[in-house]
Amino acid sequence: MSLTDQEVRHIAKLARIELADAQLDATRSHLNSMLGLIEQLQSIDTTGVEPMAHATDLTLRLRDDRVTETDHRAAYQSVAPAVEGGLYLVPRVIE
Amino acid sequence: MSDTVKSLSQQLQAGRVSAVELAQDYLARIKGGNAAINAYVELNEAQTLEEARAADALRADGGGGPLTGVPIAHKDIFCQTGWHARAGSKMLESFAAPYDATLIERSRAAGLVTLGRTNMDEFAMGSSNESSHYGPVRNPWQHAAVPGGSSGGSAAAVAAGLAPAASGTDTGGSIRQPAAFCGISGIKPTYGIVSRWGMIAYASSLDQGGPMARTAEDCALLLNAFAGFDERDATSLQRAPEDYTRELAQPLAGLKIGVPKEFFAEGMSDDVRAAVDAALATFRSLGATLLDVSLPRAGMAVPAYYVIAPAEASSNLSRFDGVRYGYRAPEYSGLDDMYAKSRAQGFGAEVQRRVLIGTYVLSHGYYDAYYLQAQKVRRLIADDYATAFAQCDLIMGPTTPTVAYGLGDKTDDPLSMYLGDIYTTSVNLAGLPGMSIPCGFGAGGLPVGLQIVGNYFNEACMLRAAHRFQLETDWHARTPQE
Repeated sequence: MSLTDQEVRHIAKLARIELADAQLDATRSHLNSMLGLIEQLQSIDTTGVEPMAHATDLTLRLRDDRVTETDHRAAYQSVAPAVEGGLYLVPRVIE
Repeated sequence: MSDTVKSLSQQLQAGRVSAVELAQDYLARIKGGNAAINAYVELNEAQTLEEARAADALRADGGGGPLTGVPIAHKDIFCQTGWHARAGSKMLESFAAPYDATLIERSRAAGLVTLGRTNMDEFAMGSSNESSHYGPVRNPWQHAAVPGGSSGGSAAAVAAGLAPAASGTDTGGSIRQPAAFCGISGIKPTYGIVSRWGMIAYASSLDQGGPMARTAEDCALLLNAFAGFDERDATSLQRAPEDYTRELAQPLAGLKIGVPKEFFAEGMSDDVRAAVDAALATFRSLGATLLDVSLPRAGMAVPAYYVIAPAEASSNLSRFDGVRYGYRAPEYSGLDDMYAKSRAQGFGAEVQRRVLIGTYVLSHGYYDAYYLQAQKVRRLIADDYATAFAQCDLIMGPTTPTVAYGLGDKTDDPLSMYLGDIYTTSVNLAGLPGMSIPCGFGAGGLPVGLQIVGNYFNEACMLRAAHRFQLETDWHARTPQE
């Protein structure tokens, strides 16, 4: 199958990546060639095969419910684009 | 031959050289040699010398271990206080990590001295180091050729003698392929052996850190430092610590090496085939037995990888939204527009492609056809390896189908670059350990890599085989003249 311009725009919207009109053709053609590659998977009969979600079949560990983290807020916020009073600043979302 | 970790360790322990002298020597080499190959993206002489002085002080007090004072370069993907962690991306241009990755913590605890941070494909997505925002790395053997990727800076730094060793990460071949292209040794351990905590994520079910150095013996020494359980990484494996050098002295008599016919099929160039065949003959002369094995679904590894890795990347990279860290677009008209513009301007073309395809294969209506199918094929690929390992101890073949290609040769055709990962991606999908060691030279005098794949947790045996081979051959000791 191959993607249409409309589908490529929709994927870009889902991925939160602005797609300029000038890039649309090149992006669609790259994505379609990637799809051509991964289409090959359809040739394999996987009836009854258990999907392998991870490299090892591990069970997640449980740990004791106790406080292990100390306060790193100032250090972590020092690398943020915009903070004020310990809060991350984003554009207004509620008018 | 440039200094090995082993020889530097011995010189340090004998007091013939100090950590500060070694650091100064390497910093001088880097000043002279880095501009031509762009292997390092960040140097910080004061920081390096401070670490070296601390190593010397520890040794003077009778403390430290075998690696105390040995210099190392770290891939720019590991968070490390005192340094930037940019992962080859404009997105993280201003990012200086507020904490140390576990691999860095362990490296510091072993007394290794950081020489600098090495260049890489953006977010480890690439096989040629050309997707780095900080410029491509050049292959020290031939500056017109790529060094491989994504750990291209690490491989080039070691090959050029600008570091005795480096850290790398491998999601689909990113330690092994650049090691092959640059003529050095590198090992991707079994998934879960080296903690991923503080390692900037690409595809979490595949990513694994590991050492890159001149020799297998050096890789073993470094893996001793890097490996270990870490409760902060949910996929870190709780196992007793092991000494990866423990088998190095054992001969290879009786070792069964499986040679998968699928790795010697169409697409493999003649020069690579000749070098790999000769290496296999050497293993036979060392007492190993070669036998044919089959990995029938090996050809599906690249397609499965290019579903699973982008899917995980699209999820992992959603954290780069211009809010908590990283690049924020200078102008925007609201929250959604800020996200979309920050990500469009902050991510390079290859990263955008993989995030987009990953978003698509996970989207409603396509999940079963692509993502679930890829996970099922992943299981079949792992099953093929299990069948093969029922017959043999190790699997060997080429690391790459060709030697390093020219800069710019594949940038317009990403698909042809993806297909270069044909022998390496299946190892990540199965979670197995894999390594590459130099085994000769091909077209243009460029190095050829031999790939050694082991069963789960069989690193010591792989390192033994590689070490015994390196005692018989001198490919690993050759250095580039360019």
